[in-house]
Amino acid sequence: MTCIIIDDEAAARAIVAQLCTSYPELDVIEEFPNAIDAIKFLNQQTIDLVFLDIHMPGFTGFDFVQTLKNPPKIVLTTSDTNFAIEAYEYEAIVDYLVKPISPERFAKSIQKVKNSLQKQPALSASEGNATGVGEDLYINIDRRLIKLTFDEILFIEAKGDYIDVKTTKETHRVHNTLKKIKEKLPEELFLQIHRSYIINFTKIIDIEDNSVLIDKSVIPISRSNRPELMRRLNLL
Amino acid sequence: MEQPNLTYIEKLSGNDEIFKNKFIAILKDEFPIEKEEYYQSLNASKTKETALIVHKLKHKLNILGMEKAYGLSVFYEEELNKGNTSLAPKFKSILDTIESYLNTI
Repeated sequence: MTCIIIDDEAAARAIVAQLCTSYPELDVIEEFPNAIDAIKFLNQQTIDLVFLDIHMPGFTGFDFVQTLKNPPKIVLTTSDTNFAIEAYEYEAIVDYLVKPISPERFAKSIQKVKNSLQKQPALSASEGNATGVGEDLYINIDRRLIKLTFDEILFIEAKGDYIDVKTTKETHRVHNTLKKIKEKLPEELFLQIHRSYIINFTKIIDIEDNSVLIDKSVIPISRSNRPELMRRLNLL
Repeated sequence: MEQPNLTYIEKLSGNDEIFKNKFIAILKDEFPIEKEEYYQSLNASKTKETALIVHKLKHKLNILGMEKAYGLSVFYEEELNKGNTSLAPKFKSILDTIESYLNTI
């Protein structure tokens, strides 16, 4: 899989390049400190994957994506989580990595890219997901698979052997565990803030010392999960 | 003052000493340039431009494990975008700490 890295920060490019060395199937053929040079390169050569920083002076990552007619798969790398929703509006964007990127999170991202590339030939134009790969989740209720978009999920609450998936419209009770559903949710949008709750933190209305308000529900924050929540919120 | 560390870099490096040394060299090269750009922009009262440089610098705080300093820089970046430079003295302390640290490694 051929790839390029675009980031105005040399340290950030070095980190992504180093992470790529753990994957023999990834061939980093070029690094660029700005998107303009990368566009010139892509006009000459086809590649499979771009690691793209959003926040660059002059020409942002999103400008870059919009410029390309047939963009390769793109993994965004950024210090901000507040572009996550916008990112998932682009079909080419497969994943969204928040810096500093951990090897574990990078591994998930590469798997998403592989899955995405495998799916690609099987999709007809009409089947293509206009809002991007991995934007939704299917839940099994009474032998029916119901599609939920990540954006409509407000939070998920553990209820014994079940979980309640609270959406903007209704609550779905599913026979599953919080741990399993957590693996299916994008880390950029969802965060476990209590042993019984995972929230879509873009839906937070209000925060008090040990609780958050989402829609009309007050959800507790455990002491151990609070630092991570605060870290994420600082970025919004 | 919170002190920088190499925990993240060492995790990333594994046993790859060549990468570790190369990465530290990149930090040592890139940080003074960004710091200089920051002060030039700040002194010229170009707060939006300064915010962009703080955005870039804050990634280095993360790389160096400075979580509290990172939190402050996130807030500082937001304030700069509103034209407020009141956190500049605190940010200077962070930059000075990193500069001293990079001279020791």
